Amino acid sequence: MNTNHERAGTGAGARGRPDYIRIEGLSKHFGDGGEGVLALKDIDCSIEQGSFVTIVGPSGCGKSTLLRILAGLLDYGIGRVVLDGQPIQGTRRDVGVVFQSSILLPWRTILENVMLPAEVLGIPAKQARERAMQLLHMVRLDGFEHKLPRQLSGGMQQRASIARALLHDPKILLMDEPFGALDAMTRERMNLELQRIWMESGKTVVLITHSIPEAVFLGDRVFVMSPRPGTLERVLPIDLPRPRSMDVMSHPTFAAASLSIRERFSHAASFD
Amino acid sequence: MTTAMLAKTDSVASSDDRASPPAAAAIQAKPKRRANPLASTRVQSILLLAALLGAWEAAVRLFKVPQHLVPPVSDIVVALWRGLATGPLAKDGFWYHGGVTVTEILLGFLIGSGVGLAIGIVVSQMPKVEALLEPYVAALQSVPKVAVAPIIVVWLGFGIGSKVMIICLLTFFPVLVTSIAGFKAVDPDRIDLLRSLSATPWQIFRKAKFPSALPYIFAGLNMAAAFSVVGAVVGEFVGAQAGLGVLILQMEAQADTGGSFAVCVVLSVIGIVLSSLLRRIQRRVLHWMPADASQRTVNA
Repeated sequence: MNTNHERAGTGAGARGRPDYIRIEGLSKHFGDGGEGVLALKDIDCSIEQGSFVTIVGPSGCGKSTLLRILAGLLDYGIGRVVLDGQPIQGTRRDVGVVFQSSILLPWRTILENVMLPAEVLGIPAKQARERAMQLLHMVRLDGFEHKLPRQLSGGMQQRASIARALLHDPKILLMDEPFGALDAMTRERMNLELQRIWMESGKTVVLITHSIPEAVFLGDRVFVMSPRPGTLERVLPIDLPRPRSMDVMSHPTFAAASLSIRERFSHAASFD
Repeated sequence: MTTAMLAKTDSVASSDDRASPPAAAAIQAKPKRRANPLASTRVQSILLLAALLGAWEAAVRLFKVPQHLVPPVSDIVVALWRGLATGPLAKDGFWYHGGVTVTEILLGFLIGSGVGLAIGIVVSQMPKVEALLEPYVAALQSVPKVAVAPIIVVWLGFGIGSKVMIICLLTFFPVLVTSIAGFKAVDPDRIDLLRSLSATPWQIFRKAKFPSALPYIFAGLNMAAAFSVVGAVVGEFVGAQAGLGVLILQMEAQADTGGSFAVCVVLSVIGIVLSSLLRRIQRRVLHWMPADASQRTVNA
């Protein structure tokens, strides 16, 4: 699967090596022997440095498993996963993870939450504080530094968790359905914000979602996965200019891409 | 919801404080209370207490109840006054015996719950050990610990040590059990978050597990505080040279029921002070919890 020709139109940020993240023949099996579940089967793909990849698929297609493997939170059985030239062995500090829920620690203020990675990784507090304030400004949470998480709305909490994931300046941002719990309006706004944050920061982003519009809107490429066992069905380049606005949803390219993913899903569902 | 918020003037924050900040609620509630003091729940409950004590006094005098059965309230007050108007070393005064009992309570509570918390922490970081010990902890927890009080007095004598040991036994288990439960209830997402940052086990413990378990631990400490007063009195009943329990036995031997009641009042005050001190510490440590939520955890 060569990536160069699939590259999206006018992507942002500095583009680098096409196989910045390289997954070869990855399979993951849960449980013992024949009774277990094959969560992932023969995944092969590459992710270009600085690009935005979205992974979409129905529940149970192993997309979260794939992300947890990339984050180093889960061992993998068969295959090879190489990140920036090094095979993944456990968690690494050049990766930031945004989880399904914001997982802000309720006893810490927003600023303290955003600074958590600094404490863990031993970044000097003064420097971390400065960076945290910049990031909070970037996610538009100025003035909320000293609030507790429960004083913020769900969307604000998730934005704080994005700032936290970026604090130690990781090169790769992994996002596991970060906006799944938000209402549709907030979600659209968060998609726009995320696009802006990505374009400003130039990170490589892998985002998991079960929303087709979200996948098409955000992704330079959309990885379509199908369940039982989780396989990578298709890689769909989204050739739409950046920055994309919500109007892009009525663009013929957008509609065609969404339709083709939806067809994949209904095709897969017909086997149930 | 709104009336509850108005009543709670000193609460740290309410659950939907974005809609109406607690400061605003306090401003609204204060002038209201000044306008009509009888509307305050606190004033009402003090009036209720006064009415009940008055009824007690009246009933005892009206029906001529023998004093050694139920003394009139005025007798209790007099006994209380006599007991409190003594020097700290007077062997028949409340200060001397109260001092002994409070020492026992504090030592027993601190050692018992401290050891319980320490073992709870160690055990819950080792799932295999936890599984091994779990049935025994559950079995021991249902043993009535006061039943072994006489044995402990035989072992450790009539001094302060046996009482401290009994209180330790009583306070150890609730703290152990709740801290294990607290560590078990830590949201695995929080651990994943720390793991994703390559945190060490100690960092995971300090930054996620321990603070997450604190509401549970405080629930155990509150239980332990109540048990520690019970433990001191029971231990002193079984065998002791000094302490408020001893004083109660001495007074009962002289049919001084008013005096016994007065000692009970002192014991209640000790219990109330202890638990309100603990609640104050809890409110400070768990300041991030909505006031009603922390209360709910404690009652659970």
